[in-house]
Amino acid sequence: MAKVFERPKALADVVTHYCPGCTHGIIHRLVAEAIDDLGILDRTIGVAPVGCAVLAYNYFECDMQEAAHGRAPAVCTGIKRVRPEAIVFSYQGDGDLASIGAGEIVHAAARGENITVIFVNNGIYGMTGGQMAPTTLVGHKTTTSPYGRDPKLQGYPVRIAEMLATLDGPAYIERVAVYTPQLVMKAKQAIKRAFANQVEGKGFSLIEVLSTCPTNWGMAPVDALKRVANEMVPYYPLGVYKDIDAKGEDK
Amino acid sequence: MTHEMILAGFGGQGVMLMGQMLAYAGMIEGKHVSWLPSYGPEMRGGTANCAVVVSDQPVGSPLITRPSIVVAMNLPSLDKFEGSIKPGGLLIYNNSLIASKPERDDITILPVPANEIANELGSDRIANMVVLGALLGTTPMVETQSILAALRHALPPHRHNLLPLNEQAIKRGQELAKQ
Amino acid sequence: MGEKILMKGNEAIGEAAIKAGCRHFFGYPITPQNELPEYMARRLPEVGGAMVQAESEIAAINMVYGAAGAGVRVMTSSSSPGISLKQEGISYIAGAELPCVIVNMVRGGPGLGGIQPAQGDYWQATRGGGHGDYRVLVLAPAGIQEMVDVVQDAFDLADKYRNPVMILGDGMMGQMMEPVMFRDEAVTKLPEKDWATTGTRHHPGRRNVINSLYLQPDRLEEHNDHLQRKYAEIEANEVRYEEVDVEGAELVVAAYGTTARIVRSAMEAAKQAGLRVGLIRPITLWPFPVEPFERAAEHAKAFLSVEMSAGQMVEDVRLAVNGKKSVHFYGRTGGMVPTPEAVLAKFKEILGGEA
Repeated sequence: MAKVFERPKALADVVTHYCPGCTHGIIHRLVAEAIDDLGILDRTIGVAPVGCAVLAYNYFECDMQEAAHGRAPAVCTGIKRVRPEAIVFSYQGDGDLASIGAGEIVHAAARGENITVIFVNNGIYGMTGGQMAPTTLVGHKTTTSPYGRDPKLQGYPVRIAEMLATLDGPAYIERVAVYTPQLVMKAKQAIKRAFANQVEGKGFSLIEVLSTCPTNWGMAPVDALKRVANEMVPYYPLGVYKDIDAKGEDK
Repeated sequence: MTHEMILAGFGGQGVMLMGQMLAYAGMIEGKHVSWLPSYGPEMRGGTANCAVVVSDQPVGSPLITRPSIVVAMNLPSLDKFEGSIKPGGLLIYNNSLIASKPERDDITILPVPANEIANELGSDRIANMVVLGALLGTTPMVETQSILAALRHALPPHRHNLLPLNEQAIKRGQELAKQ
Repeated sequence: MGEKILMKGNEAIGEAAIKAGCRHFFGYPITPQNELPEYMARRLPEVGGAMVQAESEIAAINMVYGAAGAGVRVMTSSSSPGISLKQEGISYIAGAELPCVIVNMVRGGPGLGGIQPAQGDYWQATRGGGHGDYRVLVLAPAGIQEMVDVVQDAFDLADKYRNPVMILGDGMMGQMMEPVMFRDEAVTKLPEKDWATTGTRHHPGRRNVINSLYLQPDRLEEHNDHLQRKYAEIEANEVRYEEVDVEGAELVVAAYGTTARIVRSAMEAAKQAGLRVGLIRPITLWPFPVEPFERAAEHAKAFLSVEMSAGQMVEDVRLAVNGKKSVHFYGRTGGMVPTPEAVLAKFKEILGGEA
């Protein structure tokens, strides 16, 4: 019998700690598939963040480093500069990348570090129990914005893909989502390209993946997926924001 | 013998280089040496100074608070360091730029018209070498040849054509000191 | 040994690091250590390496984390306020047991403080500095030649113990020039690092993970016990110090780095005044040289710690002397450097002579 579906080699055969219905699992799988497709597992070094993906170093079958909160792009820079032949990626959430690590991501992008960044945006601090993130939408309730995010008090959500696309350093920036099978396929292509760019030496690639947090949003998984479509996508439009290969077609 | 010197002047008068050449020459001759610059905002166009020790003994403190020799290339330097010189010590000051006279009567004082002599030789920029010559003429702590070797090391090869001019400046300073 | 050359402390550190096989440097500008990153930016490309100017000290130390985890010899440098920022990363590096060399050219504090020489970071350096139970080896050279020697040793110690090593200098050590000679043979063979994340193709069948996270308390305690055993081994094997005229001394002075140089000048004057003063100069500040103080406490009348701080190392001296004799302190702060004259006056005051 022909095998039509199996665990990617790059994905460890372990039970993850992610909550039921959370799309981290899908995104992990897409990263692993991209690594498998490109045949780069034995030279890939991943960097895990602080946040929900803090234990990601247990989930990929490559060498891994666990970074301090927000510092993954700096850790990646250190690794890539001394091991240019290695394929180096970070996997970071919104609190890690867009808040405490805002400086690190901006400057890794500005330097055009030849690394791949997977940025998982679910608009909340999941691991610490549902606090407001820099990407929490206006009006959304969290444990630290219990009356809903009020721009007068808490300012506005940060659009990372758009912001980094203003820099000359990055080679490729795209925002994707994973709330339908079609979008998962599209996300896979984007993530694979972000790794392929690095293999080809094209420079900094970042894929922002809109994700869910059923637990801290207080929603059933399917409703959480609908919320991404109905509330997040209008504020965080999907698409390519920077692509040095698509001359003149940047958004 | 231990010579503890402070060389001071405007940034750009070459006091740092003068100090480094003394230290380098001392090192070539197997003496113990140290060179310590002032640093920070005062370096940006203000008064700069360096402390240099040339000695037969290992150098203790590289920071000099009671120098045996002070070279003052401008008035603020003279004002700042005249009082710190050990009794019996030496003060060399650039009277091309300093109109007032030092007040101490318990030290040797040597005025050197450094800029005038440097201009006579054709370049204002070698005033520091005239003063260095005067210092060596008064206190021969290292050989002129060692200073020239140090200069050869410090100047990039395309500037080596300036070596004879520097040597002349040092000689003029030495002659002045012997008068 | 090679040819004698006159070099600034900051630049001599850079060359010594390169001679020790360091090809990667991550830094951020701050006075008074700028000559070191500048030297590395100029010199590393000549030897096939690179200096990266990071966006902050925090980023720089985390780049060091990544590079050290990837198995190379790596260095960063800063001065006091910048070292405070690096403490987060230093704690992670100690927890993940990564070898690296960190240079602190100490300036006056607290806060933005000043830019002149100081020794007010002694506690921070010798007590770990960041969060958690950990130690950093701290080497405090008192001259440019010794600076070169300890930098070359620092990389070996870091690799040997998989631990960060700090070079604690100060503005004066960084800025001054003295003659130096480098060891002839540059390091060519670096120690095997089979734990490094180099990609599984370099260690098939085993996945390497660099990490300091242990969510199970018993596992974390196990890890901490392992660290403590390592620190005990370092304390047993790596203590370095210099003794000058300690035998027969009535007053034994403790001083390190720049201050030790000033104390040496004061001791020359003291000898002429007929005072019997000795010096114990710690070269490793952690591990602290306890034993020479225990020995000296048998015969000396009193001890004196001279520092460019409000009194930090003096606490280690008191612990080492353990109440057997009185321990005095003389210090200046804020970038003020003690003068030999003032130190001599303190000797006389303690020994009962006239100041």
